[in-house]
Amino acid sequence: MIKHLKPAIILFVLLTLLTGVIYPAIVTGLAQLLFPYQAGGSIITDGRGNPAGSSLIGQHFSSPGHFWGRPSATAPLPYNAAASSGSNLGPTNPALIDAVKARILALKEADPGNKTPIPVDLITASASGLDPHISPAAADYQINRVAKARNMKLEQLRALIDANTEPRQWGFLGEPRVNVLALNQALDAIR
Amino acid sequence: MTTNSFFQITFYVAALLALVKPLGWYMAKVYENEPVILNRFLLPVETLIYRLCGVNPKEEMRWTDYALGLLVFNLLGALAVFALQRLQATLPFNPQNLPGVSPDSSFNTAVSFATNTNWQDYGGETTMSYLTQMLGLTVQNFASAATGMAVLAALIRGFIRRNMDTIGNFWVDLTRTVIYILMPLSLILALLLAGQGVVQTLKPYQTVPMVETVRYEQPKPGADGVALRDAAGEPVMETVEAKEQILAVGPAASQVAIKQLGTNGGGFFNVNSAHPLENPTPLSNFLEMLSILLIPGALCYTFGMMVGDTRQGWAILAAMTLVLVALIFVAVPAEQSGNPALTSLGIDQTASISQSGGNMEGKETRFGIANSALWAVATTAASNGSVNSMHDSFTPIGGMAPMWLMQLGEVIFGGVGSGLYGMIMFAIVAVFVSGLMIGRTPEYLGKKIEAYEMKMAAIVILIPPLLVLGGTALSVLTGAGKASVFNPGAHGFSEVLYALSSAGNNNGSAFAGLSANTPFYNTLLGMAMLFSRFWLIVPVLAIAGSLAAKKTVPAGPGTLPTHTPLFVVLLIGTVLMVGALTFVPALALGPVVEHLQMTGAK
Repeated sequence: MIKHLKPAIILFVLLTLLTGVIYPAIVTGLAQLLFPYQAGGSIITDGRGNPAGSSLIGQHFSSPGHFWGRPSATAPLPYNAAASSGSNLGPTNPALIDAVKARILALKEADPGNKTPIPVDLITASASGLDPHISPAAADYQINRVAKARNMKLEQLRALIDANTEPRQWGFLGEPRVNVLALNQALDAIR
Repeated sequence: MTTNSFFQITFYVAALLALVKPLGWYMAKVYENEPVILNRFLLPVETLIYRLCGVNPKEEMRWTDYALGLLVFNLLGALAVFALQRLQATLPFNPQNLPGVSPDSSFNTAVSFATNTNWQDYGGETTMSYLTQMLGLTVQNFASAATGMAVLAALIRGFIRRNMDTIGNFWVDLTRTVIYILMPLSLILALLLAGQGVVQTLKPYQTVPMVETVRYEQPKPGADGVALRDAAGEPVMETVEAKEQILAVGPAASQVAIKQLGTNGGGFFNVNSAHPLENPTPLSNFLEMLSILLIPGALCYTFGMMVGDTRQGWAILAAMTLVLVALIFVAVPAEQSGNPALTSLGIDQTASISQSGGNMEGKETRFGIANSALWAVATTAASNGSVNSMHDSFTPIGGMAPMWLMQLGEVIFGGVGSGLYGMIMFAIVAVFVSGLMIGRTPEYLGKKIEAYEMKMAAIVILIPPLLVLGGTALSVLTGAGKASVFNPGAHGFSEVLYALSSAGNNNGSAFAGLSANTPFYNTLLGMAMLFSRFWLIVPVLAIAGSLAAKKTVPAGPGTLPTHTPLFVVLLIGTVLMVGALTFVPALALGPVVEHLQMTGAK
C-alpha cells in the first residue's frame, strides 16, 4: 500500500497537469484561433456591432407579430440561458396534459380562425429549455397570425421562413428546422 | 418509423463498425508496448513521467499490487474532486463566484466521476466553477476511463500468459492509455466540436439583449435577502421584467470530447448534450454519438488481436451489436408513435417532411425523434449516460429500453474497458453452462475455467442487480426516498428504479425529475456507484491473476469453439437470461404498468 502511494501521488499530479491544464489550454487556444465565433458562443451582433443574442440559444416570444418558439421549462423565466432545464414531465403525468392545454389555448386565442392541427413541437417543452428552433410545420402554423399582425403578404413571410430554415445537415443528418430568433430579427428589420 | 430515421440509424451503425478495426488495431499496439506513430512526439513525455514517478516500466505487478495501485490512485482522484468542490469559492477561475458545494453533493460527485459513472445531482452552469470543471471533472474523465481500459488490458494478459504471476504494470497501462489513446482522440474531437459551435472559452457568462421583454413572477426578497412570506406562510410573489439574457458559457468542448469518448457522460451544462452550446448541430450530435460506442466497440478487436484470434473479438462484438440494434428498433418506433393523450387534444404528431412528429416533450427540434431515441439507446448500452433528450419524458416503452440496457450489466458495449471485461465474465459463465451440458471441463481461450474463476465471475454478475433492486426497495420504503419522486404513479417508481439502475451499473443517465440532490440519494447512490465499480474490478483482476498462472491447454475435440454464431447466440442468451429473470418483475411495476395505462386511456 505504502509503496504504491508515491507513484500514485506523483502520477496523479502529472496527469492532472496534462489533462486538466495543458489539454484544455491547447483546445481553448486552438478553438479561439480557428473558430473564434463558434468557440465564443456564436454571439450575433446587430448593425452597430453590439451583441444581439446567440444564434444557438432561443429567446422567449409571445407577441402575435413574432413567431413563437418551443415552450421552455427553465426557471424562474422561460429561456433562462444561465440555468438550462427540461420539464421532466412523464407522458402520463396530468401536469403535462394541463400544460399542453394551456399552450393550445394561448395559440388559439392569438389566432382564433386557425383550425389546422397544431404541430407537436409547438406545445411540448424542449429538452434544454433553450431550443433555438421549431419545425417548418410549426412556423407554417403561425404564418397567418404573423401576417395579420404585421400586415404582410404570405408570400413575403414564406420567403423569410425559407431563408431562415436549415435543411438536414449533409442532406440526411438531423431534422429540418427554422431558427426562431433569426427569423424574428429579420422580421423586425423590415419594419 | 420514417425512411430517413432508418437511413440515419444504418449510417450510424455502419460508421461505428467501420472504425472498429483501425482503432482496435492501434490500441492493441499500445497495450502490447509496440511502437506507434505518436511515439515520435510523446515517447519523451512518457519516459519523463516514469522517471518523475520513480516507476520502472519494465517491472510488472502481481494482480494484488495492480489492484492496490488502482485503488490508491482512484481514491486520490475522488479526494481531489471532493476538495475542489468544497473550496472552489476561494480558488481562481470562478468568474460567476459560485459558492462551495455541499458535503453530501461533493461526495456524490467525487465518487461519480472517479467511478466513470458521472451521475450528476447538480446543474453544471449553476454549480461548478471553471476550475472544478477542468481540474477536477475533466481529469477524472480521463483517469476513470483509463482505469477501466487498464483493467481490461490486464485481464487480456491473463488469457495470453502461461505460468506467470504478473499481469502488467498499472502505472504504465494508465499512462499509455491517457497519452496515446484518450488525449489524441479527445483533442481531435474537441476541435471538430468547437468548429460546429460547442463553446470553449474562459470568459465569464455573456449578457445579451432580448428581442421581447419577458415578464415573470418570483418570490419577493425582504430587506435581509430572505423571501418574504404572507400570513399563510406562502411566499409573496412579485412580477419582474427581464430585458436581457445571461448566456452560460465556458470551456465545454474540451470536456465534452472526453466525456463522450471515455463513456463518462457528465455534461458541462445541466441538460448535458441537449444544450445547444454543448451539442449545437446534427453533425456535432453524430460525432458525439459515434464517440459513445467508438472505444468500447474497437476494444473488441483489440481483445481479439491480443489473444491471437481476431474472430474471438468479432464474436463478442456481434453479440453486442445484435442486442444494440434490436433495442434501437424498440425505442425509436416507441418515441415516434407519440403520446396518445396529445392526439386526443388535436395535436399533430405525424412525421412529415416538415416535422419529425412523435413524442417531442423533452426533445430538441434539431435532433427530432430518431437521433434522440438512438442516442438514448447508445448512451445506456455503453455506460456513458450523457443525454441529448430528457429520458424522464420518454414514452414508457421508449424509456424502458435504456433502463433495461443498464440493467443488463453495462456489457452491451458498456464502459470503456469495463464493458468488455464485464462481457468476458458472461462469456466465462456461458462456456461454463455449456460445459455442464456436454460434460466437459469448460475452457475459454485455452484456459480451464474452474471453481475460482466461476466464483469471481458470479460475484461480478450478481453485485449490480443486488445494488439496483436492494437500493430501489430501500428508496420506495422510506419517506426520504419517496419525497424526491417527481412524476406520479407508476412513472414515479420508474424514476427510482432508473436512478438505482444507473448508479448500480455506473451509467450516469437519469430520469431527471427525481430530486437526487438530497442527503439520502447522494449517500445511497454514491455507495452504489462505489461498490459497483470497485467490487467488480477486484474480482476481475483476481481472475486475470489466476488465469495468468495457469498453463494453456490446446483445443481438443471436446472444446466449445467461442468464435462461432452458436457461441454468439449462447452469449446473448446468457446476458438476456440473467437480465430478464432479474429485472422483469421490477420493470412490470414501472414502465409496463404505465404503458398499459397510457394506451388504455385512449
